[in-house]
Amino acid sequence: MLSTHEIQETNRMIEEQLLDVRTITMGISLLDCAAGDMSRFCDNVYDKITRTAQNLCSVGEAIGREYGIPIVNKRIAVTPIAIAAAGTGASSYTPVAETLDRAAAETGVNLIGGYSALVHKGSTPSDRALVSSLPEALSTTTRVCSSVNVGSTRAGINMNAVRRLGGVLLDMAKRTEKENSFACAKFVVFCNAVEDNPFMAGAFHGVGERDAVINVGISGPGVVSRALRDVRGADFETLCETVKRTAFKITRVGQLVAQEASRRLGVPFGIIDLSLAPTPAVGDSIAEILTEMGLSKPGAPGTTAAVAILNDNVKKGGVMASSYVGGLSGAFIPVSEDAGMIDAVTAGALSLEKLEAMTCVCSVGLDMIAVPGDTSAETLSGIIADEMAIGMINNKTTAVRIIPAIGKKAGDMIEYGGLFGSAPVMAVNPFPCGDFIRRGGRIPPPIHSFRN
Amino acid sequence: MKGIITVLGHDRVGIIARVCVFLSGANINILDISQTIVQGFFNMVMVVDLSGASLTFEDIVGGLNAAGDELGVQIKLQREEIFNSMHRI
Repeated sequence: MLSTHEIQETNRMIEEQLLDVRTITMGISLLDCAAGDMSRFCDNVYDKITRTAQNLCSVGEAIGREYGIPIVNKRIAVTPIAIAAAGTGASSYTPVAETLDRAAAETGVNLIGGYSALVHKGSTPSDRALVSSLPEALSTTTRVCSSVNVGSTRAGINMNAVRRLGGVLLDMAKRTEKENSFACAKFVVFCNAVEDNPFMAGAFHGVGERDAVINVGISGPGVVSRALRDVRGADFETLCETVKRTAFKITRVGQLVAQEASRRLGVPFGIIDLSLAPTPAVGDSIAEILTEMGLSKPGAPGTTAAVAILNDNVKKGGVMASSYVGGLSGAFIPVSEDAGMIDAVTAGALSLEKLEAMTCVCSVGLDMIAVPGDTSAETLSGIIADEMAIGMINNKTTAVRIIPAIGKKAGDMIEYGGLFGSAPVMAVNPFPCGDFIRRGGRIPPPIHSFRN
Repeated sequence: MKGIITVLGHDRVGIIARVCVFLSGANINILDISQTIVQGFFNMVMVVDLSGASLTFEDIVGGLNAAGDELGVQIKLQREEIFNSMHRI
């Protein structure tokens, strides 16, 4: 029999420590939508998405009500459009982005991911059509998210794509200058992208996946920091044990919600993503976990070790709670979406370089970072190349979601509101790297990729 | 299907009675009940059997919310599985 204490503990997590299920994301394959002309392809895509996901939002809300836990986002991820739309032979895929936007609105989801291309070894004409249409597509739609995978441990890094995307980012930023360059917040560059990520903006439905699948992203940084408050001053074994136990409890809720959603929607369960995801709300912050561990501010010496402890123990607790763990499963440290991170940047404790170091120990990447609007395309490419190299060499996923905030300089703030929060514009190393970026070609894969 | 009802708020006459009358009207059996009052703060946990309920889950929640508003307390109904999944292996 459940004890009153256990029931109250769960409800305190939900009500006071902001435990929620961050997203139920339905992956939908668009491979069977292929058509020789654009308008037929778009019709097929719209029909398939609106048919498959018609009950996603209502089921998500019903589960939230019955278990008494908020399910914050309901989202859709589709087959990378550069693959699905290749048969159209079109030179721009903006009509596809518009179709995805309409389908997202019709089903009620707030974001739809998969306006994507996988170019880690090279680009097809279809990949190039997608990349060149990115600025237009992301500045004229509201719910469409996009990603481009430019590197992998097996293939190396496609530096032509890295170079190209620096310019694409600036173009996107300029087109949406009035909205604080918001298009860039919907775009991620990846190394070792995963096929079952439920989190935006980088979600897409991989070609190795089934026709439709339910993936769930958990949350709960507030629960972890609250649990750590009870072990202040205790040694590292106690610290790790506390994070593990908490991660287990959080993940079990995610697993329950995922199985229930899968059953009610008649769509198979895919994975639980163990990433702790913060929101701009006070008390829902990864930074607070780091300070609870004993750092005065995130960015202080010891931060990389603290992130490593957090990330590893969330996984150790989480894998026991779910049969299928997948997606990104690494702590997120988005600057704009975490009140404590914003505070650390504003206080001068946290720099771009320290954030990059933190991503080496498995936080997922440079996420929601605003940089001055006069940052050059080559410098943006250089920042991307550094982060991709970390992913390639360490055999892990890394990502860059960076916003060159047009008209803004280091120290300014840009406001997005809602889940995207507000971002302090961070200083960038001013020394140029153009000659390096302009070399072109592909960085070969590292020696440890040859494992066969 | 079992549900957990939690009631939280300032103590007053008739909280349990009001909740029980509603549950009985909806053909919901009470399996276990425990309550504490600390410095006038009323805290009750009830395990109920929803399998024979004459109302839908949504309507039961609606009825409990209405009772909570009348009594000035917060009443919550959740399916039991969320607690089992978190606290039982």
